[in-house]
Amino acid sequence: MNLTLKIWRQKNANDKGKMMDYALSGVSPDMSFLEMLDVLNQELIEKGEEPVAFDHDCREGICGTCSLYINGRAHGPQTRITACQLHMRSFKDGDTIYIEPWRAKAFPVIKDLIVDRSAFDRIQQAGGFISVNTSGNTQDANAIPIEKEHADKAFDAATCIGCGACVASCKNSSAMLFVGAKVSQFALLPQGQVEATDRVLNMVKQMDAEGFGNCTNTGACEVECPKGISLENIARMNQEYLKASLKG
Amino acid sequence: MSGILNSSIGRKFAMALSAFFLMIFLVMHVSINFTSVFSAELFNNMSHFMGTNPVIQGLMQPILIIGVIFHFVMGFVLEAKNRSSRGSGYAKNAASNNSSWMSRNMLLSGLVILAFLGLHFYDFWIHEMTVKYVEGNMSGLIDQNQPELGFRYYEELRAKFVDPWRVIIYVVSFVLLALHLLHGFNSAFQSLGANNKYVRGLKGFGKIYSFGIPALFIFIAVYHHFAN
Repeated sequence: MNLTLKIWRQKNANDKGKMMDYALSGVSPDMSFLEMLDVLNQELIEKGEEPVAFDHDCREGICGTCSLYINGRAHGPQTRITACQLHMRSFKDGDTIYIEPWRAKAFPVIKDLIVDRSAFDRIQQAGGFISVNTSGNTQDANAIPIEKEHADKAFDAATCIGCGACVASCKNSSAMLFVGAKVSQFALLPQGQVEATDRVLNMVKQMDAEGFGNCTNTGACEVECPKGISLENIARMNQEYLKASLKG
Repeated sequence: MSGILNSSIGRKFAMALSAFFLMIFLVMHVSINFTSVFSAELFNNMSHFMGTNPVIQGLMQPILIIGVIFHFVMGFVLEAKNRSSRGSGYAKNAASNNSSWMSRNMLLSGLVILAFLGLHFYDFWIHEMTVKYVEGNMSGLIDQNQPELGFRYYEELRAKFVDPWRVIIYVVSFVLLALHLLHGFNSAFQSLGANNKYVRGLKGFGKIYSFGIPALFIFIAVYHHFAN
């Protein structure tokens, strides 16, 4: 396959950045998208040019590190996969492919296609945890009865890998799907009830402080989420927040 | 509790509550207007009641105006915040693949509805306020000296829809209202945290409401234009 790549290049956080064109030939349909970028980078290095910086780690859709906006969609044209799980067979010979970083003020570009997603870490640190006594008398989690429906929903919410595709896809750069998933995964389980009030208040407060936008329920986040996190989690977070605000 | 009003979720709650209030008002408005299609007398009597009842005029009307202003102002505030959160845009963005046109263009449909409200206030509300509270004529009669001529409301309604351009503006505005409601109805439930199997069952009703209410308004305008 012969491709034209239009890639966002930005030297550092202060650089203005611009889209640059690259012609790449001999691309195998069996390559993953990131392998295709590896091939491009090899060519750039051999020509003495700066390779394209992009985030990647596990390359099997689990770590949530890859963050590419491909042809106008987070993680590319396929649904329920991350960019590292995308293969070149999803494209045609002669295609022009746009590759951009996540766009959100709360996710500033560090270099080329790499953005700073530490805002998610700070939200998580604000309350996305449970405090468990580990002194030796901890109750066996399997001994606590949990409704199957709640266990399933908590597990679904916990599959969020924090990649930020929800923020990237949202026209408002809202992080509510991410925060909703993190709040829900604990709110649905008895272990999460103890800190439920503080958790939702603190996580939403941090989310707002990071400068994410307001959710307007377009549903783009749910469609583009590689793990299929449901909008139901945002509704649950809203409920939890209302309850917590009335208590607090 | 005070923090909720300054939070992103609090703003969503406020927007949803004002939306519910306005959606209930639309049902009442279209119900009264629709009486004009089959009974001029009933329409006149209801209009006179609504226009002279002290509770409606002194309490409900100000609440409605505040609700409308709040909904629009909050909409603009949210839009401004959201635009600043986005920063720079994408060179290529395939938003139509993941969200509906209505959901992405609530500001546009809202602005058309706002412009329409300006015309609607000019057509009916300002005239009503002038007659009742500036001229001091609370009779609602076509001619105070000739009470046998009856109330003026039906005649005034008919007169407004003689102009085809006004009817076209009304029709276009109500189409945009339908699109606004099509997203807004379910969005309001979601914002209030109601997204379960029972509420999802309301989606069908939401579509009927979103098309039905504007369709009735359109019918009323077109009916009076051709009945003229």
